[in-house]
Amino acid sequence: MVQLRLPKNSRITTGKTWPKPEGATNVRKVQIYRWNPDDGQNPRVDTYFVDMDNCGPMVLDALIKIKNEIDPTLTFRRSCREGICGSCAMNIDGINTLACIYGMDEVKGDVKIYPLPHMPVVKDLIPDLTHFYAQHASIMPWLETKTNTPAKEWKQSIEDREKLDGLYECVMCACCSTACPSYWWNGDKYLGPAALLHAYRWIIDSRDEATPERLDDLEDPFKLYRCHTIMNCAKTCPKGLNPAKAISEIKRMMVNRAV
Amino acid sequence: MADVQQGERPLSPHIQIYRPQMTSISSILTRITGNALILAALLIVWWLLAAATGPEYYATANAVVTSWFGDIVFTLSLWAIWYHYLAGLRHLLWDAGHGLEVPAAEKLGWVCIIGSVVLTVITLVII
Repeated sequence: MVQLRLPKNSRITTGKTWPKPEGATNVRKVQIYRWNPDDGQNPRVDTYFVDMDNCGPMVLDALIKIKNEIDPTLTFRRSCREGICGSCAMNIDGINTLACIYGMDEVKGDVKIYPLPHMPVVKDLIPDLTHFYAQHASIMPWLETKTNTPAKEWKQSIEDREKLDGLYECVMCACCSTACPSYWWNGDKYLGPAALLHAYRWIIDSRDEATPERLDDLEDPFKLYRCHTIMNCAKTCPKGLNPAKAISEIKRMMVNRAV
Repeated sequence: MADVQQGERPLSPHIQIYRPQMTSISSILTRITGNALILAALLIVWWLLAAATGPEYYATANAVVTSWFGDIVFTLSLWAIWYHYLAGLRHLLWDAGHGLEVPAAEKLGWVCIIGSVVLTVITLVII
């Protein structure tokens, strides 16, 4: 359901302002959402100052610098630092993106960093993605076949393989789903852009033989049809994919098989 | 679905921090105009019911409907009809599989907003 206000335990308070680096001339102000599961307090926003003359260009570089040099308790996920693992997905300057491939110079003014929106927070910038992953698993993200397994491999024409372009590149960072107002209000039942993009990726795979079953499973007022083409998903995807278009294709397949 | 251990975990901020997008604003405007038009339609029904009830009651209702307040409501309703109509056409385009790339969707959003204002002005000039 639509609930515009945050629950009582989630309302954000003003946090600590950490000292400015001494002697630095090129300083950026960075405001970061903090929540510690152990101190029993509400979330807060801490303010840090980063010396950009001694810092890498990306938002992740600034986060790592803060953790290394200012506040080691700052907690966030990161791994590949090149936009392929999807770990450092967060809300930067009002949009969801990967901190490792978003430049500090792309942000005008103070850099505001929050966890992915409308998610239960584990600590600081780390959201609980359990439900998100379970929804992905529910669309059967694997090849379903009925015919006998071929001696060598499942073959696919170049044209059929090209249908997977713009879909297989998804790294499951959850930026799209957590940018979607429909997913905010109905995320318990609506699958969200990421899971639906993956659903479509298997539906149109020429080697997959479970298309009717896959469509049957999505024929539901909530799972698929809570998408109202708001398109925050496509707009925010750090990999430049278009979940809204994939969802629209599923809807059209639903219509085409019914008429 | 898996059990999400909400427990004492806070919910991260959402609409409070997410930057409004061209596509999201033009989407929510479709809903707002649609719902507002229901209220405007009820006002008209009330006006017609008053006309059927009797001259005295009609005089009261008519005074409200033709007052400056009524003018504002119906001018905004006119814009809402045009906006909702154009946004509906946009949905038809999308359902047919067109205009789903981000730049096209944003352009269509501007078409809805600017188009509805222009059509409202034209309608006002004609009537």
